[in-house]
Amino acid sequence: MNTPAHADSAIPIRRVGVGIIVLMGLLIAQLTYIQLGQAERLNANPGNIRIVLNDFARSRGEILTADGEIIARSVPSDDEYKFQREYPDGALYAHITGYQSLRYGTTGIERTYDDVLLGKRFTIGFDDIDDLLSDDDPQGNVVLALQSTAQIAARDQLAGKRGSVVVLDVRTGGVVAMYSNPTFDPNTIALHDPNAAEEFFDAYVADPANPMRSRAYRERFSPGSTFKIVTAGVGIDAGVTRPDQRYPELEELPLPLTDRTLSNFGGSECGGSLAASFRDSCNTTFGQIGLDLEEQFPVGVENWGINEGTPAIDLSPGMVESLGPERGSFKTEAPLFAQAGIGQGPVTLSPMALAMISQCVANAGRMMVPQFMAAIEDRDGSTVETASPRVWRQCTNAATASAITTMMIDAVANGTGTRAQIPGITVAGKTGTAQQPEGPPHAWFTGFAPAQDPRYAIAVIVERGGDLGDDATGGRVAAPIAREVLAALLSGGPA
Amino acid sequence: MSVAASTLERSLVRSRRRAEIGLGLHVLLFVAGAYVLLALAEGPTLPPDLPLFAGFIAGLYVVLHLAIRRFAPLADPTLVPLMAVLNGIGFVTISRIDIARETNFARIQSTWVLVGVAVFVAVLALIREIATLERMQYTIGLAGIAFLLLPLAPPPIGRTINGARIWAKLGPISFQPGEIAKVLLVAFFAAYLVDKRELLTRGSRRVGRLHLPDPKHLGPLLLVWGVSIVVMVAEKDLGSSLLLFSVFATMLYMATNRSSYLLGGFALFGVGAWIAFHTFGHVQTRVDIWIDPWSDPQGKGYQIIQSWFALAAGGLGGSGLGLGAPDKVPYAETDFVFSAIGEELGYLGAVAVIATLLLLVGSALRVAVDSRRPFNRLFTAGLAVILGVQSFIIIGGVIRLIPLTGITLPFVSYGGSSLIANFAIVALLVRASDEAARRRLRA
Repeated sequence: MNTPAHADSAIPIRRVGVGIIVLMGLLIAQLTYIQLGQAERLNANPGNIRIVLNDFARSRGEILTADGEIIARSVPSDDEYKFQREYPDGALYAHITGYQSLRYGTTGIERTYDDVLLGKRFTIGFDDIDDLLSDDDPQGNVVLALQSTAQIAARDQLAGKRGSVVVLDVRTGGVVAMYSNPTFDPNTIALHDPNAAEEFFDAYVADPANPMRSRAYRERFSPGSTFKIVTAGVGIDAGVTRPDQRYPELEELPLPLTDRTLSNFGGSECGGSLAASFRDSCNTTFGQIGLDLEEQFPVGVENWGINEGTPAIDLSPGMVESLGPERGSFKTEAPLFAQAGIGQGPVTLSPMALAMISQCVANAGRMMVPQFMAAIEDRDGSTVETASPRVWRQCTNAATASAITTMMIDAVANGTGTRAQIPGITVAGKTGTAQQPEGPPHAWFTGFAPAQDPRYAIAVIVERGGDLGDDATGGRVAAPIAREVLAALLSGGPA
Repeated sequence: MSVAASTLERSLVRSRRRAEIGLGLHVLLFVAGAYVLLALAEGPTLPPDLPLFAGFIAGLYVVLHLAIRRFAPLADPTLVPLMAVLNGIGFVTISRIDIARETNFARIQSTWVLVGVAVFVAVLALIREIATLERMQYTIGLAGIAFLLLPLAPPPIGRTINGARIWAKLGPISFQPGEIAKVLLVAFFAAYLVDKRELLTRGSRRVGRLHLPDPKHLGPLLLVWGVSIVVMVAEKDLGSSLLLFSVFATMLYMATNRSSYLLGGFALFGVGAWIAFHTFGHVQTRVDIWIDPWSDPQGKGYQIIQSWFALAAGGLGGSGLGLGAPDKVPYAETDFVFSAIGEELGYLGAVAVIATLLLLVGSALRVAVDSRRPFNRLFTAGLAVILGVQSFIIIGGVIRLIPLTGITLPFVSYGGSSLIANFAIVALLVRASDEAARRRLRA
């Protein structure tokens, strides 16, 4: 032990110190990678129980209709998730609320307003100090534009039929009713027991009618004669027709490039002015307008939201796109333009899209983005946010809209849509009977009321003619449904 | 001692002990604050046992402080505060897991902290000179081996828990003798290496460009080393064997200042690891999980993936104490305690813990550099390396930088044996630091 002190160099100790600094640096580098670099990916990993815990082990806010019905709420549960999501009306609002499921995630309003319902939006929960220190979760409520009266009327009217009803607030685009049959019970998918939920889910998926898919805005159908609203609008705006323009009275219209013809409903002779043709739903007249428009037709329908993608609605999943005649196809596909003029051939759209078309006419040419949310409340029930109406596109000008309105009033007063009449209220509308390649036609009605001061726009489809089958027409099957739903909204009861 | 030196000593004692108290107040505020935040996550009331909790911390800290004033007044003032803050973070985290799992580990841990403080004071009071350990090197070495072997004794003494045979039961007390063995073995190795370092450094044989020492000098060292590694492999305690291996290789390097020992040590380790990988199923499993935990996320990869989920959930700032779900990670109060911290205190909190560990290791290494006596120097450096490498092995394991081998995070993890051994380590560092300062003053 006589080693002189200088032999005990501090150098190796310092080097070991540097080595440990390097090791700790490696730890920090790895932490940076995980906590900053990969965090987003890991947080979204389906195997991450935190996703479920964050969303399930907390009370969620309520979803309410505009008239105060609670249509989704959290109730205490005895299991580890503490809360069970409950849909008191079962299937009635299923396609709107969607569900919150351990097994299948969230859909509908539950999905689009997840942050509000969980209280993750900053405006909720931090508005006063009590919320910060409270036991309760500072969740928010979502108040929808829905009116339970209209929704219930739609359900009752569609009972036993496959079909949809959509009602929009003319001024705001607020979705006042949206129901389609068949539907499903979101309570079954929201069951915490994954096996039970899976059993129900699989059964719904196996059902060929696909009850979990809303037919009101996720499926496309030929709109038939209801599309004459668009054909008339595009024709007037393009200057190829006007309400008093005369058309020959024909049984059938010969189509170019082919030996086929376009005939009127029931093979009847039909024509006269544009207004009369609209009232009586003459296919020959509107087929002719489709041909007269030539390449202006596909350009014009774009204003009405056809071939133009979809508006960003506050529901998940979103709307399907409306389809119509395509640009540059007139030369080779002219017969399709005649068919498009009467809402057949290339034209397919969802009931929601048709309701938007009526809404646009009623709103002097401004097509609104449909909005489900009307207001957001904090947990005390005070409003913290209200929906601001958004214009999706200008479909036509006020003058044309007014001209179409006049024709639609006439169609209900004196034409094919008389069964949509409501005593004391003027209804504007258009029927449609969309022939199908096989089987009974789809029966349609779209319109709005009151016609002078429009509040609600509606679209109704009863697929495959409903009870009447081959005998079904839009006027006989769909118009009465529209009447009942509008009456429920406007006169507080059935007409 | 001259008057000047005595005045200097008094002022040094005063400034160091004041610093210790000042830092202690910070620790108290920090830990009590964390405890309050944890309670606020549950509801808008302060924890009812807050005065008791704060009093407990303050009381124990004062005991440590007074013991140092009495027995080692010139000691480095950062060692105890760093130890205390790590211990405090650990305690709050364990309490947090308790809340989620409705377990009672924090209460037991507080008893162990009490015992740890007692051991700290006892070590300072009994070991008045580090040289005592040097003189007892062979006794200590044998004791170290004995402790190491204890878990392999037949039941009821040796017990297998969670697949590792690292527990021993003596009378009513169950403990992990390996935690104590590692301190004893570091002492033995330091003493042995100081004795033989001249011989080891010079080398009596020449092979090519390498000078190799006479095997008779290296032999006993390799023997004890080998025994400890084999024992730990037999106990399936991979973390501890990796730790001992690293510590001894590093000590050999520090004793001789010849990096060939370090390189040779790690080459040897590489060979050992390769053999272990191909011989032992559990080693292979660990490595497989490390390489790809995602191939079996619900099975073998579960722990490490849950750990990553916890860390990712924490992100930069953390979920906040009591607001995450760190209880979803298995062993969140022991091996995976760092993941729980990373979730609730975030990247910032996790890096702060690493920085605190690094500061503690740095303080310990400074004690080593300041020490004049070769044994003190090598022994304290060895203790510093234990703290640093152990932290690296377990943190690296739970964040998948290296294969996971279960050992405790010093001062933070739940566990009595580890806590007591680490309190003893800091007491020894305090003792050595006081000695170094005293010798400097008198030089």
